[in-house]
Amino acid sequence: MNAIISLLSSAITRGAPLLLGTTGEILNEKSGSLNLGVEGIMAVGAIGGFLGACWTESIILGILFGFICGALCGLLFAFLTITMKANQNVTGLAMTIFGVGVCRFIGQNMKTEGTFPIMNPNLTSKFAENGIPLLKNIPIIGPLLFSHNILVYLAIIIAVCVWIYMNKTKAGLKMRAIGENPAAADSVGINVDLYKYINITLGGGIMGIGGLYMGVIINNGTWNDDWIGGYGWIAVALVIFANWSAVKALLGSFIFGLMLALQSKVGNLAAEFPNALGWTAKIPVEFYMALPFILTAVVLIINSAMHKKSGNAPSAMGINYYREDR
Amino acid sequence: MSEYAIQLKNIVKTFGSVVANNNINVELKQGEILALLGENGSGKTTLMNMLSGIYQPDSGEILVNGEKVLIHSPEDSKKLGIGMVHQHFKLVDVFDVTDNIYMGEVNKKYNLKEKLAAINSKAESENIDKKKSKLFLKKTRECFNALSFYIKNIFLNKKRYYKLIELSNKFGFEIDPHKKIYDMSVSEKQTAEILKVLCYGAKIIILDEPTAVLTVQEIKKLFSVLKKMKQEGHSIIIITHKLNEVMEISDRVTIMRKGEFVKTLETAKTNEQELTDLMVGKKVDLKINRPVVGFKKPLLEIRNLTIKNDEGAIAIDGVDFYIRGGEMLGVAGISGCGQKELCEAIAGLRKIEDGEICHKGESIVGLSPEKIIEKGISMSFIPEDRLGMGLAPSLSITDNMILKTYRKGKFNPFVDRKSAKELADKVIKELNIVTPSSETPVRRLSGGNVQKVLVGREIQSTPNVIVTAYPVRGLDINSSYAIYDILNKQKQSGTGILFVGEDLDVMLSLCDKIMVLCHGKMMGIVHADKVTKEQLGLMMTGMLNLSEAKPEKNYGIAKDSNIVNNNVKNEESFAKGEEHED
Repeated sequence: MNAIISLLSSAITRGAPLLLGTTGEILNEKSGSLNLGVEGIMAVGAIGGFLGACWTESIILGILFGFICGALCGLLFAFLTITMKANQNVTGLAMTIFGVGVCRFIGQNMKTEGTFPIMNPNLTSKFAENGIPLLKNIPIIGPLLFSHNILVYLAIIIAVCVWIYMNKTKAGLKMRAIGENPAAADSVGINVDLYKYINITLGGGIMGIGGLYMGVIINNGTWNDDWIGGYGWIAVALVIFANWSAVKALLGSFIFGLMLALQSKVGNLAAEFPNALGWTAKIPVEFYMALPFILTAVVLIINSAMHKKSGNAPSAMGINYYREDR
Repeated sequence: MSEYAIQLKNIVKTFGSVVANNNINVELKQGEILALLGENGSGKTTLMNMLSGIYQPDSGEILVNGEKVLIHSPEDSKKLGIGMVHQHFKLVDVFDVTDNIYMGEVNKKYNLKEKLAAINSKAESENIDKKKSKLFLKKTRECFNALSFYIKNIFLNKKRYYKLIELSNKFGFEIDPHKKIYDMSVSEKQTAEILKVLCYGAKIIILDEPTAVLTVQEIKKLFSVLKKMKQEGHSIIIITHKLNEVMEISDRVTIMRKGEFVKTLETAKTNEQELTDLMVGKKVDLKINRPVVGFKKPLLEIRNLTIKNDEGAIAIDGVDFYIRGGEMLGVAGISGCGQKELCEAIAGLRKIEDGEICHKGESIVGLSPEKIIEKGISMSFIPEDRLGMGLAPSLSITDNMILKTYRKGKFNPFVDRKSAKELADKVIKELNIVTPSSETPVRRLSGGNVQKVLVGREIQSTPNVIVTAYPVRGLDINSSYAIYDILNKQKQSGTGILFVGEDLDVMLSLCDKIMVLCHGKMMGIVHADKVTKEQLGLMMTGMLNLSEAKPEKNYGIAKDSNIVNNNVKNEESFAKGEEHED
């Protein structure tokens, strides 16, 4: 039983950065921009938030720094694709390379005499501070739902807020209209460029928080060369998996989190249920590491094979808008 | 208020070297319906797009209600009370009608300042300054009201559906506010568009070819709506090229031709004949050669062809025609009446619904485009943007030649660049293409040379039937004549040519016969040297239908047809009738 609870709990912990990345990407895609730079934006958010937290010794400001660094990257992407009309795919890939590079460049230079930078242990424990008092003492539900770090709850709140914004507000309606048919939105007087700028920047900021999560929770605030480790790419696929809905992304990121958690928890699981699940330990760990990526590929293949006229995929995604085109 | 709702003065708009609008003067009076009449490419839509903020004029003035304005964006246009219903609807498919309309809603303001001032002045007049606390309370409540108003305003409200029903009832529309756009028929979509501009409070309404996609009953309904709107004080511009509609609905009519302003007339004081003459202009003798080639058997025969367009509407409706070797058949018609679909069907790119396409007596229906090319049928279609079809703009002339010839020598996995280059050089020399070399990317060439490359490549595959649509689109006179010469040479060597054109003058001098299409129906096939331009104009607008007027002639069916098993009922007419004449 303990093994299952710890597996599920770990799934939530591991799914949260995916949720943040996915939510940010949904904001991008729903307003008509396919931003493939999630990995890079998360990396910049990670290193920015990390430095910010170390410098100010405050988790709130650390999160804010992560958000701002991510938002700046989003702004750069928006400037390149909206104002300069650069190709979105190419720009996104460039953002990935750029962001990961910036993260490594700064991280490598933080090394002092061969040792890797580590966040102040006090701060790390603050970030990882576990759970909501009282509620976390409830058996089963407590450790499962109420004993996570603050960023998990932040991620869930952001996802729900984004869902409300997209589906229940006027600004969200306008933003979705732009993603579906910018010419129609333009013709009724919606400022297409402004809305795209806002949504992409906001989405970048959310990805940035996701990056910070990768740095301080998943990697315990210890520098290594690959902080994001492909989570950004999983987030891009998760958007499709979640059918462009921030609430469905909650479920999707949990499932992917489960895959990621299996890597470390499969041993426990096999030990607790040697008869039923003993075989799982015999599979090499590399398989579990590859599992989320295999699932990503499967999701993409299924999605493109179905050819269904999904009501949720924004039809103008990835296409730059020129008013004078007819 | 000024007498005119809109005045356009000396508007000039150019796209590169193409002059779309040259010194246009259009005036729309308050509360009238003005028809804007002209053939395709006469610049009507461009002109109207300047009013809706999509384009800006190069020079000239726009006056709205007597005041000079600058319209930089659709938002500006909306603020001025101008609403445009575009020919291609600007609606978000996955939204319902209500959301499509409400997405453009302007945020309302809560007049907090005024309300606070009102409370103050009320308190002063009633002299109750003793109860300051009560006044403060009132003010606080007002501030709270304002806050809750703005918070409510952030969110979408279910009430918008009731509001829409109210509005549509007010204007006399029946529409289901929850219906998604992708579930709607064309006419419903149009209603949604009109409702949209009305909801935004537009006083000046522009409709771009609103009747092109509607059935007769729907057009009637639309016109009654327009008349009602006029009575309520709206000023309306309607773009059309159907004369009967102009006569029926408009108060005045402005005619444009090839980007030039021709004349503005009062509808009551004119007639359809005059309008046609003004629209197509006087016949110009172009002195294009028309070599006569001796009698040959029909090469391509088309019987009872029916094709649907991308939207699923009938694009070509039961058309018969044939092309002999050494004959050039022109296809005239207002653009969008099925020419594109016809060309695509012959080339095997589009499925046909019904009918037969026979090449030398063999049906080619259902064959792959590759097989059809092998049979010697070549198709070259020059779309409006000129580079969209047939050529790869970034590839060199040689590579574009390879696109068509690479299949030769099937067992060779490598591309045969040498022979392609020879071919390219040959085409360049024969057609006098101006280019630095055969390795220059096609997009760097001028429009005329690009088209020469396309036509040249098609000819090099030695076809026996050439289908060419708008081969001289956007070309200057010299390049056009070069293309005519190329086509004429092919004709003399016995090739049958289907020439889809825009310019009636050109077709009258170049083609042997002209088939006129109007909304997918064949209006008749006439000899180019025996028909007048006016007649063609009437046929194009659907006012003269020879195939109905003289059904015994069996236009479009050759008496020496290669199709043995023909399903024509009246066989005697073949025996009696000679080659049909106009």
